[in-house]
Amino acid sequence: MYVIVVGGGKVGYFLTKELLAAGHELVLLEKDPRRAHQIADEFGSIVMAKDGCEGKHLAEAGASRASIVAAVTGDDEDNLVVCQMAKHHFAVPRTIARVNNPRNEPLFRHLGVDEIISPTRMVLGAIEQDIPVHELLHLAQLEGGELEVLEAQIGPGSPAVGRHPGDIHLPDGCTLFILIRDEIAQAIRPDSVFEVGDKVIAITRTDCSAELHEQLIGDEPTPELVGQP
Amino acid sequence: MAPMRSIVVGCGRVGAGIAEHLARAGHEVVVIDISTDAFSRLEPDFPGTAVRGDGTDEAVLRRAGTEGADYFFALTEGDNRNILSAQLAEEIFAVPHVVAKVNDPVRAEAYTTLGLSTLCRTTTLVDDLGRFAGLPAMPGAEGVRTASGHHAHGPADIGGAATNLPGSVGAPASSARER
Repeated sequence: MYVIVVGGGKVGYFLTKELLAAGHELVLLEKDPRRAHQIADEFGSIVMAKDGCEGKHLAEAGASRASIVAAVTGDDEDNLVVCQMAKHHFAVPRTIARVNNPRNEPLFRHLGVDEIISPTRMVLGAIEQDIPVHELLHLAQLEGGELEVLEAQIGPGSPAVGRHPGDIHLPDGCTLFILIRDEIAQAIRPDSVFEVGDKVIAITRTDCSAELHEQLIGDEPTPELVGQP
Repeated sequence: MAPMRSIVVGCGRVGAGIAEHLARAGHEVVVIDISTDAFSRLEPDFPGTAVRGDGTDEAVLRRAGTEGADYFFALTEGDNRNILSAQLAEEIFAVPHVVAKVNDPVRAEAYTTLGLSTLCRTTTLVDDLGRFAGLPAMPGAEGVRTASGHHAHGPADIGGAATNLPGSVGAPASSARER
């Protein structure tokens, strides 16, 4: 396949490397001559020190026969223009844009960019996955912040596992009222038994949430936060 | 005539000039620039509003009151920034009259056929100088070139997505300004 990559930063560099290794035909456009020179040492004549936003340069790079144009510079406006020029001026069947500001995603899609890569969103997603989920999730505040609605996820380390609500020592002013199991919500009754994987929705006074945490989640330290060996 | 609201992105010589011009003519004008220093190009008694921020950021445009504006001028030094900013105004905020300054003639031509009205300084100056030297007027060099084509989709079908964006629900446009 013939691919044009615009932008020779880290993303463009590694993308080029991968695509070449996979046997694709490729041209890389990088507008900064110094950077272009640097990567040309490795990739040779497929690197052009040209601005891919200019129609003239896309034409020279052979945009009219490209199957894919991938715009991966650090500037959203440049990536958008490259893809729009490729799509509408050169009828490139597939355009891919790196979008750095996640808010631009719907606009890019709307304007006809075929594929959107959002490094910002990917990094955020990856970090969120690493943040421990065995926490109280604050759902809402009531009475001007006096009361909170919380969700607690019952994990294997929870002291509540296998117990009835009456067996749990809850602070005053704290009520457990809904149990979510297998995506079905049910009212918490005196004969309910908590299981691993349950989610419990509770209302509590804001200053009692630490105690609630202890009773429903447990106080074992989060593994990620234990000191390095 | 009811007062018109105009948004000007980029407070360079041209941006500051048109902002002053419109404001003196009774338009409500908001001028946006990434640098506060740029606002020194405005007269001290400039009757409009100046907003510091990135004119390619949807949240900044919303805060400046782009929604419901009548005119939108994208006049920064970067062609691509102007193109992005103008397309946000047109597609997300459905501003009826949008112009982007695009100094590269090829890009200006391409976007005119794509549905954006453009002003290409290069073409306009070349044409002007040519006519000064007795040459006939160049075709397609009439200053602001109004869009000759349009995007495949109307602004309506992005409405749902746009209103779900973070920061899209906010104070009414007129209350969140800063001078």
